[in-house]
Amino acid sequence: MVNNRKKVVLITTLMSAMVVVSACGNSGSTNSTSTAAPKTDGKNPASASGEKVTITYGGWSMDTMTDVIKAFQASHPNIEVKAENTPYKQYFTKLETAAQGGTMPDVLWMNGPNFVKYAGNGMLKDLTETIKSDQLDLSKYPNSLVSLYSLDGKNYGIPKDFDTIGLWYNKKLFDDKGISYPDSTWDWSKLTEAAKKLTDPAKGIYGFAAPMMNQEDYYNTILQAGGYVISDDHKKSGFDQPEAIEGLKFLTDLIQVHKVSPTLAQMTETAPADMFTSGKLAMYFDGSWAAFTINQNADMKNKADVAVLPKGKKQGVVIHGLGHVISANSKHPKEAWEFVKYLGSKEAAEIAAKQGGAIPAYKGSETSWLATFPQYKAKAFIDMAEYATPYPVSKNTSVWNTYETEILKNAWTGDKSVADAAKELGAKMNQALAAEK
Amino acid sequence: MRFNSKRLSDWKWAYIMIMPLMLGLLVFYMWPVFQTFYFSFTEWGAFGKYTWTGLANYKMLFTDKELLQAIRNTSIYIILAVPIGIILSILLAVLLNQQVKGLSIYRTLYFLPVVTMPAAIAMVWKWLYNSDFGLINYVLGLLSIPGPHWLTDNRTALLSIIIVAIWCSIGSHMIIFLSGLQGISSSYYEAASIDGAGPVTKFMRITIPLLTPTIFFVLVTSLIGAFQVFDFIYMMVGDIVMESTQSIVFLYYKYGFLKNNKGYASSIAVLLFTIIMIITYIQMKIQKKWVHYE
Repeated sequence: MVNNRKKVVLITTLMSAMVVVSACGNSGSTNSTSTAAPKTDGKNPASASGEKVTITYGGWSMDTMTDVIKAFQASHPNIEVKAENTPYKQYFTKLETAAQGGTMPDVLWMNGPNFVKYAGNGMLKDLTETIKSDQLDLSKYPNSLVSLYSLDGKNYGIPKDFDTIGLWYNKKLFDDKGISYPDSTWDWSKLTEAAKKLTDPAKGIYGFAAPMMNQEDYYNTILQAGGYVISDDHKKSGFDQPEAIEGLKFLTDLIQVHKVSPTLAQMTETAPADMFTSGKLAMYFDGSWAAFTINQNADMKNKADVAVLPKGKKQGVVIHGLGHVISANSKHPKEAWEFVKYLGSKEAAEIAAKQGGAIPAYKGSETSWLATFPQYKAKAFIDMAEYATPYPVSKNTSVWNTYETEILKNAWTGDKSVADAAKELGAKMNQALAAEK
Repeated sequence: MRFNSKRLSDWKWAYIMIMPLMLGLLVFYMWPVFQTFYFSFTEWGAFGKYTWTGLANYKMLFTDKELLQAIRNTSIYIILAVPIGIILSILLAVLLNQQVKGLSIYRTLYFLPVVTMPAAIAMVWKWLYNSDFGLINYVLGLLSIPGPHWLTDNRTALLSIIIVAIWCSIGSHMIIFLSGLQGISSSYYEAASIDGAGPVTKFMRITIPLLTPTIFFVLVTSLIGAFQVFDFIYMMVGDIVMESTQSIVFLYYKYGFLKNNKGYASSIAVLLFTIIMIITYIQMKIQKKWVHYE
């Protein structure tokens, strides 16, 4: 008996030991990419022998970059690029946690509002020296974008693309009502008139959508009314100025007075972009990037077109562009730089342009982008760049961005007057800007 | 106490056996609990830099109107979702305890939400609730009742979430109640029949009292779960009605991950922990009055 018991104990310990060991083995193999990393790094001099290095590449619409990644891997067989896609809404929340834990992707997309926070806190690799030693010509990119991704005279990013906002419209709905298509002569009153005629409540069709979106909507109308979102020295809010109020009111009036736009509640449930592609919306503002999704929609592909934004007191639109940056604690800075350099090349720009995601930042590749959508007057997006205003940012943009949503929603639902909401927002934003030091 | 050497060696082995689990528990559960407690006295800057601020976060807790609203929302959620969920699942369990045709099909159907991913459930319900294109408002429209904006109206958003939560919880509760029901000896019912008791009397006088230990278990666990409601609110509700729907845990998420104020978020977590502990303690005390163990 005693013997038997001992056997049982022995067997169970052996088994549990196996479980423990195999569990370790498992976790080891799932992390193989990261554990293998230092190994390959150590053998870097021999990397010509075909040792593969995997770098991660983070962004929020990676389906627009697949061709570029393929082309890069074809010319760099020793580097494998693993694309990590995160929806835009969660991208920066996730990135911040990753940055804190030291697990940021090696190469990633960065936008203007978040750049200063990451670069200023040492999360991004300073590329100034490598740009110099590799003689990368930064004049190939728009100046405003190069400076958007530099801080204290140092370059942290290579411009990826740029975007402006246009007036997308459904040609079929215009034809049905016999209204002429929007063009560069359009102003606010013309848009309102057309939207009234296009709205057809019986069919559930709206003439225009005025959602509470900053880059797509109210930043532009504020500019068109002659106002500004943030002062040139990034120290003062422009929301409480009469021009800004007018720009906001133009949008809310379309919902509340003219009733040509769905309400904020409706647009929260069904995004204007979805209403548009399902043929329930005649006009809305959306970025140059929307060309990609609309072009992929078999039904809308040939019904949609785009024009420059209508004039208020003047023409106005925000311009923004993404940058490619490298994580400061990347384990493969060399390979990451190879990839970023390639992403910034003319070749990559042409390939990306053909896939049609966003307008590549590399000067001259706009024409290839335009050629991808011959059926749209997409040149409007590039024409607008002439009078475009940079996307408003400060050191801690996301703080007052949250206030925008929290406060302006009361104006959009009609619970508060636009003037009151705008003044409240201006005051809170000024407070936040003062606290930035 | 007599410890002979054989016993001691047995215990030693027992501890070695549970050590992997205990280590995991300590590292991944207990340590973060202490950390959260510590962080509730700090203020966070960007990317994990923090400074000790003493009781500042707790002072803020007591003046935060948003938190008060979140507590109110969570309370409404609990008061509606927990009792209705339990009552419905008891009724369902009793029905599914009968000998009906296709019993296992019914049981599977009601259990299905439990094994479905919350994200998928949220997506489907979001579509059902859509005010312009959703099925619910379509049916209401056929009856010429104007349907509300379920998820984007302050008056209905929380209610909509509660309906989904109840629908989701019924399955798992039902299974527990079923096992409770099957533990009740049929001799009680036979005896009651002889005494001339009808089905309602049998249900109220035999089923419910003998089911109280199970009810107590479900009540405690679902109450704790309800205090921590987050996923459906995060996935289904839009920004514009956040104030009237956000729960305590959602507020924790908002401060911890969106506003990157992890110190204040930790103090919210500590508050929630305290509330749950007090309520569970009270429940444990009161149970003597109404739970009948055989």
